[in-house]
Amino acid sequence: MDNEVKLHGFWPSPFVYRVIWALKLKGIEYDYIEEDLANKSELLLRYNPVYKKVPVLVHAGKPISESLVILEYIEEVWPHSPLLPKDPYERSVARFWINFATDKGRSAVRSLFWGGGDGKKEAAEQMFDFLKIIEEQALGDKKFFGGNSINMVDLIFAWFACWIQPMEQLVGIKVLEPSRLPSLHAWVKNFKEEPIIKENLPDPERLLAYYTRLTSNLVSKPT
Amino acid sequence: MGSGENKVVLHGMWASPYVKRVELALKIKGIPFEYVEENLRNKSPQLLKYNPVHKKVPVLVHNGKPVCESLVILEYLDEVWSTGPQLLPKEPYQRANFRFWAAYIQQLLESIFKLFNADKEAHEKPLQEVHEKLRNLEDGVKEFYFPEGSPNHISAENLGILDVMLVSVLGPFRAKEEAFSVKILDPGKNPLLFSWIQALIELPLVKEVVPPHDKMVGVLQFLKQSGFKF
Repeated sequence: MDNEVKLHGFWPSPFVYRVIWALKLKGIEYDYIEEDLANKSELLLRYNPVYKKVPVLVHAGKPISESLVILEYIEEVWPHSPLLPKDPYERSVARFWINFATDKGRSAVRSLFWGGGDGKKEAAEQMFDFLKIIEEQALGDKKFFGGNSINMVDLIFAWFACWIQPMEQLVGIKVLEPSRLPSLHAWVKNFKEEPIIKENLPDPERLLAYYTRLTSNLVSKPT
Repeated sequence: MGSGENKVVLHGMWASPYVKRVELALKIKGIPFEYVEENLRNKSPQLLKYNPVHKKVPVLVHNGKPVCESLVILEYLDEVWSTGPQLLPKEPYQRANFRFWAAYIQQLLESIFKLFNADKEAHEKPLQEVHEKLRNLEDGVKEFYFPEGSPNHISAENLGILDVMLVSVLGPFRAKEEAFSVKILDPGKNPLLFSWIQALIELPLVKEVVPPHDKMVGVLQFLKQSGFKF
């Protein structure tokens, strides 16, 4: 088996995009396989029997699942153009924020965008509190979470660069207000203008249409 | 402890599975450390300073600098103490495999917490979820961690991140079963996991870390009765 790199993905997925960006930032050639999540390929089910999800990275025939595990793997196998700091303490700080985004971020998103209508105002404030911590303690004065250049933490927080906007439109609540979160707002702009990131962003209209369809399906489904 | 050169302090709480991970990892790697027991209803100013975001344990303070989140701490320990016993293997694909399953064992803990949080009448579904995760874990680690089919290689000398994670979650499994009157780990359904955890909790090093049975039953029942959300 040669050193081929393949990525099984699904175009609206921010988790898949993390891997795409990591590969492209490091100049790693790969084949992309678009999965239809309503009709998953045999290969995907074989490669990720535990979660049956994308992204799955396949390197020289060996599959790796879970975006954070994949990112650490990519970083170790292709250490050039590093996405994590060299210093162990700085790395632990980066991983702390990645963890924070994964745990607290996901639950904040879930309650705001997928939760019922009643707790929306509370959920929006919870989301704002989460973002305020990010702005003040993770980002601070820096241009990117990685400092002057983007790193893995930026790739994880990218959800807030491209995916929060269609959600805000659907729910009718703006969370990432420039007046309330000025640094984060600037980061969103800077992130999307970075070379390579710029050429690899999901189409906002297509995303909005996708999430509109998804939420309308949820409304009609019994809980 | 030594001079300022390599001062390690662990802020913890004796019943926390997250703290147990770090405690066991430190012992496995032979890293001398000072332990500070935190009263979670009256957290020390140090804890609040070191972990302002979560205000939780464990916090590892290395030469005055805090590292938070158990899995982040484990990675940090391996990177700083890079000679001697390692929690993760060297080869990248194996590392990915170990990280995947370490994260999965954390998922198992979350399912166990869901079970603890459920009312007694609503145990069935969360219990099924726990059993499903145990099944996946058993099947998943079988090939690469137990090729002979049994935990023959488990010894104090070669414990790694998966052993650490398993001890933190299933070390006190009997106490959890007694406190909540549920059967979590059935040797018939999960022979490999059962013999793995049995081998682990026999080790003197692990015995130092797993909380005493009765004390654990007591704290779990107390927490449940006080409406604590696990």
